[in-house]
Amino acid sequence: MSEAISFRFLIDGDDFTSAGNASVQVKKMLRQLNFDAETIRRVSVAMYEGEINMVIHANGGSADVNVWNDRIEVVLADSGPGIPDIDLAMQEGYSTAKDNIRSLGFGAGMGLPNMKRYSDDMKITTELGRGTTVTMSFFVNS
Amino acid sequence: MKISKIIELLDATVLCGEDKIENEVHSACGSDMMSDVLAYVKEQAVLLTGLVNLQVVRTAEMMDMKCIVIVRGKKPGNEVVELCRESGIVMLSTEERMYVACGRLYENGLRGGGVKENE
Ligand SMILES: Nc1ncnc2c1ncn2[C@@H]1O[C@H](COP(=O)(O)OP(=O)(O)OP(=O)(O)O)[C@@H](O)[C@H]1O
Ligand SMILES: [Mg+2]
Repeated sequence: MSEAISFRFLIDGDDFTSAGNASVQVKKMLRQLNFDAETIRRVSVAMYEGEINMVIHANGGSADVNVWNDRIEVVLADSGPGIPDIDLAMQEGYSTAKDNIRSLGFGAGMGLPNMKRYSDDMKITTELGRGTTVTMSFFVNS
Repeated sequence: MKISKIIELLDATVLCGEDKIENEVHSACGSDMMSDVLAYVKEQAVLLTGLVNLQVVRTAEMMDMKCIVIVRGKKPGNEVVELCRESGIVMLSTEERMYVACGRLYENGLRGGGVKENE
């Protein structure tokens, strides 16, 4: 695989019941590609958090997953409200989620810190009123 | 601990995964916040929760968990049980509350397992 294998998913922002499904699909595909369990878990957990964020904070978006032998990249792009203060959003426990989201089991303010912890590199670009793109890279355990 | 032992200790009903109840599990965690599960859990095989939505199943699947225990006798919808079956995860339901359910499993030797990953 010197050429990347790429997958694209559209994340529906109006349907919470399907939130997380793209990450489940990615997990299955990475299993078929025979990556090790630890790498698969890191990629799928981080993508899952990002996917849920796009649904609960940004009304959906797209997920692109590019897979090489030694590296996996996940790009999550939305046209939501943007993040006013990235440093604040990155703090454990910071969340703007409302009670209805909390009652679904999200809104602990742990998603972005988890994504940072599980990925080897994470970049956020965001513009207020325009949207947010989160790019995460993972080096494959060898 | 075998999953069948959990069923006995919690007087639980098996909602799916009947064929896997003789499998062994070594640690558990209890939470209603999925991001906490995703943050602090390392090798826990059992998730006790009071939530019954599809994300509970997806969260357990992301963490390679083997068994979900729904506490307080809540009833998940058919599609939740079906997704759980497809994911190969055992789903149990108990009338016990979270605190009591966790305590009873802990007391019988099912511990908390790994802690937060610090990489
Ligand atoms: N894609 C996004 N668009 C706009 N705002 C976002 C986006 N992702 C995160 N945020 C903001 O950053 C905050 C922190 O995000 P984070 O994922 O850490 O926590 P959370 O989603 O609120 O809760 P949890 O992830 O624990 O369920 C969010 O509450 C929200 O205000
Ligand atoms: Mg989040």
